[in-house]
Amino acid sequence: MTDQTLATYSNLSIYSAMAVLTLAMILYAVHLARLMPSKEREPKRELVPVGAEVGAVGTDAGVGIAAGDSASTLTGGAIDCGWGNLVEEAWVEPAGARKAAGMAWMLTLLGTALVVLGVALRAAEVHRWPLGNMYEFAIVGSMFALLVYCGWALRRDLRWLGLFVVTPVLLTLGLAITVWYTDAAELMPSLKSVWLAIHVTVATLSVALFGIGASIALIYLIKDRVPLTGKLGFLRRLPEGPALEKLAYGLHIVAFPLWTFTLIAGAIWARQAWGAYWNWDPKEVWTFVIWAVYAAYLHARATTGVSRRAATWIAVAGFACIIINYAVVNMWFVGQHSYSGIS
Amino acid sequence: MTYSAPTQPQLGVVGWLRWMWRQLTSMRTALFLLLLLALGAVPGSTFPQRSLDSARTAQWIADHPTAGPWLDRLGFFEVYASPWFSAIYLLLFISLIGCVLPRTKILWHQVRSAPPKAPGRLERLSAHTTAEVDLPPEQALAEARSALRAKRYRVHAHDESTLSAEKGYLREAGNLVFHVALIGVIIGVASGYLFGWRGDVIVPVGQTFANTLIRYDTFSPGPWVDPTALTPYTVRLDSMDVTFESEVQGRGQFGMPRDFTATTTFTPDGGTPRTEIVKVNGPLETGNGTVFLLGNGYSAKVTVRDADGTVVYRDSTPFLPMDNFYKSSGAIKVLRAGGDLGFSGFFLPTGTIDEQGPRSLFPDLLDPGLVLTAYEGELYPNANPQSVYSLDTSGMKQLVDDKTKEPLRLWLKVGDTAQLPGGRGSITFDGVERFAGFSIRTDPGKSLTLVSSLLALAGLVASLVIRRRRVFVRVTADEGRSLVSVGGLGKGDDDGIADEIAQILARLPRTP
Repeated sequence: MTDQTLATYSNLSIYSAMAVLTLAMILYAVHLARLMPSKEREPKRELVPVGAEVGAVGTDAGVGIAAGDSASTLTGGAIDCGWGNLVEEAWVEPAGARKAAGMAWMLTLLGTALVVLGVALRAAEVHRWPLGNMYEFAIVGSMFALLVYCGWALRRDLRWLGLFVVTPVLLTLGLAITVWYTDAAELMPSLKSVWLAIHVTVATLSVALFGIGASIALIYLIKDRVPLTGKLGFLRRLPEGPALEKLAYGLHIVAFPLWTFTLIAGAIWARQAWGAYWNWDPKEVWTFVIWAVYAAYLHARATTGVSRRAATWIAVAGFACIIINYAVVNMWFVGQHSYSGIS
Repeated sequence: MTYSAPTQPQLGVVGWLRWMWRQLTSMRTALFLLLLLALGAVPGSTFPQRSLDSARTAQWIADHPTAGPWLDRLGFFEVYASPWFSAIYLLLFISLIGCVLPRTKILWHQVRSAPPKAPGRLERLSAHTTAEVDLPPEQALAEARSALRAKRYRVHAHDESTLSAEKGYLREAGNLVFHVALIGVIIGVASGYLFGWRGDVIVPVGQTFANTLIRYDTFSPGPWVDPTALTPYTVRLDSMDVTFESEVQGRGQFGMPRDFTATTTFTPDGGTPRTEIVKVNGPLETGNGTVFLLGNGYSAKVTVRDADGTVVYRDSTPFLPMDNFYKSSGAIKVLRAGGDLGFSGFFLPTGTIDEQGPRSLFPDLLDPGLVLTAYEGELYPNANPQSVYSLDTSGMKQLVDDKTKEPLRLWLKVGDTAQLPGGRGSITFDGVERFAGFSIRTDPGKSLTLVSSLLALAGLVASLVIRRRRVFVRVTADEGRSLVSVGGLGKGDDDGIADEIAQILARLPRTP
């Protein structure tokens, strides 16, 4: 196949992925809408704190080891409590909601496969690691976000999260193929390095993780603030606030070391390509700013007297910095990282 | 009625200092400083920085006559060396040290002392389970001990019927390593600044660069560097090969650089010459500085003759590239009796002059041209140092065309000769050669910075992954069997502690 054919197929693959993901997005929305509590079936949920449950069972000496076993399942479910076994007894998920989520999940898998295909074809087309310009960063970032979501959703029930991952991914892909699209080309000399594969891959992966983290953080902040009635009633079907907050934290503590690694790998590469490991180039400045903001988030979370809400806001601010770093710094700031391919 | 002012305890100087230290080292202050550091770094990306691009900085200040000088006074064009930015990170690091020292002491004591005594009521701990075991109490306790050991707990028995176990000290140790390593990073950066130097030099093809101070075009040593103690190796530029994108027509791609390769002959001090390739991602290590290929461009070979045809100047002058298509600016300075001549203008590798003025259409040498204006007078009117790439025309008069009386503009292709007005002689554009822009740099602090940052990363991962847990076991006799009660406590958000206890109990022989 010629590069031109590969390019056509790669773009076709991304367009198809967008079509499929749009359907997935709609079905995830339907899923959430059907979870809305109807008046006659208002659930009588009574959440028992996990620790208390374990303790209560545990004091019954006769149960013995069995108590330990149930403790483990309960803790497993503690993160998605409000969704797990505890609630199921009180409230049965409507069949329509389940059906919509099932279809959405299959479509998400298909869409993910198509994005992976699009990235692979792009790599074949350009004969290199497909991370040389903004278009490529965007499609690879979307791919990572989808892969992380799919991989994670295999291990726990994340149907409620689907909408909030697929929608930003669709937005990114849309911007990529319209605004950031760049014809395949060879790299400029400073990018020809093994560090491209290391530094940019890890950077993109951690941005994908931060992105999902920011999605959950926002759900937490909204759910915590608005009255859960009327149109926002579906929020009650989402995991409880503290569980959401912990999920967001869990993603951030994976993404943060990856980001730290990005910073270090970037410095090693900068020394190789530009002669100094740190030049206070705008992109470096913003990478550092993002690092400092997320470091502040982790500190805030460990500081007594700072509420989880306030800490989570810092995490959201961190993602805002990532968006600035990607969309503004690449395009408008003069620096050595001017690789957008758009001029 | 008499008032007496409420008597308050006097803090005194030491008290105040202690109070300030407490405030500075508190977590809230650290958090605040961290956010302030992030915020403080931002202006360095939005305003041009003098150390990165002094020309653009000067232009910005000139364009903003009101805000420019004020922002300059406040350090906005040298953010990372400004007093306020330094203050933020120095306070942050003092705060960090003030936080790390006591925590190290606490961890030290915890590691050296046994885990605390089991609390009276284990069921009050965040996770707790009881099991009946078919063993006498002593054996049950021994089994529990080996179960805890197998899970890498430190186990200590404060009395006959309980066990206290703890693990995950590496969590706190990792956290401390992370913070201490950040201090290492700062020291590495500082020593790089103090002991490092960088010099830039333009070397035309065929010429040799010797590593001595006078040979550099610019040389910036750190405050504690002896610039006379350079190792005198030489680097000869044998060829400079460049490739530009000429196939892909897509936006932002045509004319982009694809490959820069400088083939050099490197002769170490007192050594034998050897051929070395210097590329953008492949610098040359010399033992006294690393040679980076950071630029390239063109030198115009020009001959100036007087009215009699005698050569008064013949040299190759580098022109500095200004845009992606290598429109390059420079100046040719001809010292001669009876009035110096100065030419300034552009070199265009693929030159054209159209409604947009003189410009280059492609960065490679397809149709090179020189666009020059000419001046006569005194080239160096005062002793001020001046750039080799521009003319100081304050002591000069621009030459005008004899016929049109317009300022003289010369448009020369390779081989062209133009007569200068008023019988001043002629100028010939003989040819073009490439030059390489080398930057030679040392940074003695970089290894420390790298090792420290990798340690910081390792510490960070340890502090986020490892769980600090305490588990207590109490065994009570129950008619020949034993009632084993296990309680656990995790630090921070530890969802796995109940699971952990279940696993420990699963290792004990069960009651059927």
